[in-house]
Amino acid sequence: MSARSRAGQPPTPSQCARQGYGLHTPFSRRTLLHGLAGMGALGALSACGSQVGPNEVSVGSRATEDVPREALNAVMDLYTQQSGVDVQINATDPNTWQEQINSYLQGKPDDVFQWFAGYRGRFFYENGLVSGMNDVWDSVGSGFSDAFKKASTADDGTQIFLPLYYYPWAVFYRRSVFEKNGYTPPENMEDFVALCQDMQSAGLTPIAFGASDGWPQMGTFDYLNMRMHGYQFHMDLMAGNERWDGEEVRAVFELWADLLPYHQQSALGRTWQTAAQSLLRKESGMYVMGLFLNQQFTDPEDAEDLDFFNFPEIDSQIGATAVEAPIDGFMMRSDPVNRGNATELLTFLGTAEAATTYVKIDAQIGANKNTDTSSYDRLQKKSADLVTNAENISQFMDRDTRPDFAATVMLPELSRFLANPGNIDGITSSIQAQADSIFPQR
Amino acid sequence: MATTSQPGEHTGELDREHREGQDSSGSASSPNGKLQLLSGKDRTVLTLMVAVPAVLVIGLVWIPALISVMLSFTKWNGIGPISEIQWIGLQNYADLVTIYPPFVPAITNNLLWLAVFFLIATPLGIFMATLLDREVRGTRLYQSALYLPVVLSLALIGFIWQLIYSRDQGLLNAMLGLDGSNRIDWLGNADINIYAVLVAASWRHVGYIMLLYLAGLKGIDPALREAASMDGAGEVRTFFSVILPAMQPINVVVLVITVIEGLRAFDIVYVINKGTNGLELLSTLVVSNVIGEASRVGFGSAIATILLIISLVFIVVYMISIYREDATE
Repeated sequence: MSARSRAGQPPTPSQCARQGYGLHTPFSRRTLLHGLAGMGALGALSACGSQVGPNEVSVGSRATEDVPREALNAVMDLYTQQSGVDVQINATDPNTWQEQINSYLQGKPDDVFQWFAGYRGRFFYENGLVSGMNDVWDSVGSGFSDAFKKASTADDGTQIFLPLYYYPWAVFYRRSVFEKNGYTPPENMEDFVALCQDMQSAGLTPIAFGASDGWPQMGTFDYLNMRMHGYQFHMDLMAGNERWDGEEVRAVFELWADLLPYHQQSALGRTWQTAAQSLLRKESGMYVMGLFLNQQFTDPEDAEDLDFFNFPEIDSQIGATAVEAPIDGFMMRSDPVNRGNATELLTFLGTAEAATTYVKIDAQIGANKNTDTSSYDRLQKKSADLVTNAENISQFMDRDTRPDFAATVMLPELSRFLANPGNIDGITSSIQAQADSIFPQR
Repeated sequence: MATTSQPGEHTGELDREHREGQDSSGSASSPNGKLQLLSGKDRTVLTLMVAVPAVLVIGLVWIPALISVMLSFTKWNGIGPISEIQWIGLQNYADLVTIYPPFVPAITNNLLWLAVFFLIATPLGIFMATLLDREVRGTRLYQSALYLPVVLSLALIGFIWQLIYSRDQGLLNAMLGLDGSNRIDWLGNADINIYAVLVAASWRHVGYIMLLYLAGLKGIDPALREAASMDGAGEVRTFFSVILPAMQPINVVVLVITVIEGLRAFDIVYVINKGTNGLELLSTLVVSNVIGEASRVGFGSAIATILLIISLVFIVVYMISIYREDATE
């Protein structure tokens, strides 16, 4: 139990940061006193971020691990140097942060807080929990491509999100394996399938696959759907405006079922990290994953060998110009204590200077297109190229659709599909029935 | 989940203390006689001792539980004023049984969990305790070995057994000498993974029950055993006809704990795959629907209500048996 602040007494910001609002502390029902202290910590949650002086701005962050925390601190220190405004960072570990976000935003949140682009951000805007920031975009918008602007804009045309960095999803492979066997990155689905068959005859598992966490399979679905029916259809489907039991989605599942024999078998019992090991050990040829896969390649020699290609084209009419690249950035609470300071901080965070400072420490890719790329490694540069040339950027299923739909419907249903790929009709109609009950009726 | 199982456990402990208290003080003074001997200060203390826990239990357990039941008739995303809550009657319950595929497996798995604990894990724990009570050589070593899993959290046990069950790198497949496509996907195959998990959960539960029961057995008067063997009763007969009845208070505690452990199962499947693909449990469904941004508060509350009803069945059965015993005493 880390809550040392007495109930009723507002905690200092550093206490807020240290105890992570105290909410992650397991509530012990045996020890009453601890329980009461826990309630004190709950009270402390709503107190965090509420004491902001005229020369301060508070930021809610999920950067508790060393690297992201250092990176964020460096950015905020730079801002303080330039503006003379103190930044209070109140950090909560990412899981707790995401689990508590609804109650956090309904309490007394920090003026500026870290969040995600896509529906997951728009949802808060639609519920009146965050404010628009068109003025911020007016001054720094030229630093972002249209795809980023679109990803930061609510349905009513208001900008509600400021991107800081992103990472792309792609098909990863080891260059040495491709060179040794004379493989080349495939451009379209026929080449891709042919490559899979070549790998199988060479004794390789074509596509590494670990699905027990539930989300990796979402990435595969997103890409198949976007490549078959285009970005707009995918977005409409995620928004609940297209049918899950229609021809289009059934065709996606059918193609996926045809591709499953090229995937690592028994994926539902394997974590994504174990699947990554099979790519690392050269037992698998390819892996559909996010750039964070490189964290599994700890040996510099292996890391140097890792490469990726864009998910191949399926329909030449549609092409392969949409890229899945989840963007992390900032939003502003609906009634900031000090709107002027919050807006100025966000304007600074939208500059290339802020992004450059961040990515120098945390090896992400800066969202601002003028980010200094001199600190980038090979994969970061390649990722930046891939995303800069993308016409559309999707955010990943659990960010592009309603969180309740992603977590309680799609996650179990995609697993059900993988366990029983023959039951496409049953699964698609089940998804649709549940979508009807979750999405507001049009 | 934990909240719904609390009343049962508390009653269990209170009841045990209550009866132990009676045993030690004997039946010389009637409860009424005792009360008159109390000073005003004693009465204040007693009132506080009853009132404070009662307020806490009502405030932290029963009121939230009732609010949950009320929310289960609504559609609400947890955001905005209470006036925005839509009342939709039994729609959530209808959706649960008609269009929510994880629901039926969750109920079945919860009941299976209870059944395995009742019929296999708990008897095994009692059996181990009886064996270890015989002062076999190295009994302390066995005791610590069996008790070790109990000090580990179920989440940690989930991680440990993932290493054992992993299809590609797992200990079990390696020990069975399975290779290539013959390897068994212990945690990914929805037909078998619940049993694999139950083995892991039982591994912990056996140790827990063993320790509780062993403590009880130590308190049994050796004269009882001697008398039984004088009368020519064998080991088995002695256990069932003499020891087991003499252990009645411990038996009740063990049963109550078995129910609690069975109903609060959550962590171990949640770390494995968040309770999907064959490992659905009511508790994981509640969490995935209510916690986090996925705020289907009404729908999740409907699942929680069903879990509450299942818990209540056991609590009611337990209360009835307790009151019946009290009446006969």
